[in-house]
Amino acid sequence: MAGWLDRLLGQKETSASKARERLKLVLINDRTDLTPEALERLKNEIVTVISHYVDIDPNNIRIDMTQEGREQRLVADIPIRSSGHRR
Amino acid sequence: MATVLTVTSGKGGVGKTTTTANLAVALALGGQKVVCIDGDIGLRNLDVVLGLENRIVYDLVDVVEGRCRLRQAMIRDKRLPELFLIPAAQTRDKSAVSPSDMVRLCDELRPEFEWILIDSPAGIERGFRNAIAPADMCLVVTNPEVSSVRDADRIVGLIEAEEKGPARLIINRLNPSLVRRGDMLTADDILELLAIELVGIVPEDENVVISTNRGQPVALDGTKSRAGQAFQNIARRLRGEKVPFLNLEEKQNFFSKLFRLNRSEGA
Repeated sequence: MAGWLDRLLGQKETSASKARERLKLVLINDRTDLTPEALERLKNEIVTVISHYVDIDPNNIRIDMTQEGREQRLVADIPIRSSGHRR
Repeated sequence: MATVLTVTSGKGGVGKTTTTANLAVALALGGQKVVCIDGDIGLRNLDVVLGLENRIVYDLVDVVEGRCRLRQAMIRDKRLPELFLIPAAQTRDKSAVSPSDMVRLCDELRPEFEWILIDSPAGIERGFRNAIAPADMCLVVTNPEVSSVRDADRIVGLIEAEEKGPARLIINRLNPSLVRRGDMLTADDILELLAIELVGIVPEDENVVISTNRGQPVALDGTKSRAGQAFQNIARRLRGEKVPFLNLEEKQNFFSKLFRLNRSEGA
């Protein structure tokens, strides 16, 4: 992959990189049978459920679909706000 | 005992038949005994790509329905006496053959050959199911463009679900100058997305058109053309040899030249 080099050198987005990004999304969609909207709803619901139990900062949450080999994985990074009981 | 190799893709027009014909030729040139079966009943084309269309008497459906013996439907290629074709029927449809018919047919052929190549039709229906039913190995052909990579992903999933995996990948019609310009997906892009093993990259090559016009697969001319070379390499990899990949898509900038100093030149 020489793509990172282009980005480093600040070259414009190529049609191949556009194709790559579109394919990435389409394949997530095809493999999981989740539309982008459904995925968005899923993320929002996860955040809602977790916030019932712990105090989280909605602006610092990351929930992404990642690919590992041929498996899709939902990866969530949800920082919990300090409750003040510091040692 | 033969290895049954099914060539498939999902999307039509990506070069399944060309790939099947050329791999069959390349394997036969390497001294292997090969039979290829056209699985595209109703839309047969492996016969014309191999240049054997005038010698068809019986076809796959005739064998399955008992109108002839298996041997009578096998056309021997006069250029390569170790290469045979079992053509598809042209006036019937996919339902004339079942997956178990294909398994039975291949079991009968196995003891006599080293390779049985099945050219799958496009699509994910009956014809595809027939083609993968007897497979020991599936090769998925894709082009470096969005729709065929997407369909390849679907096919790879279906092959896994049928426990015929892991599928292996052939990237066909890669245009190195478009890749260099950033206007075509690279082999690495496709491999990262599909996450399956690569067996070969075939560059876009006008010799394929010319040779197909004549009914003489490019691989017949050995390594004279880029595509012919690529098919030869794939055939060798299928036989277990380690053959480096064609170096087609390097960016011709300072950095890649620098990197290349540390890399062995592939061919």
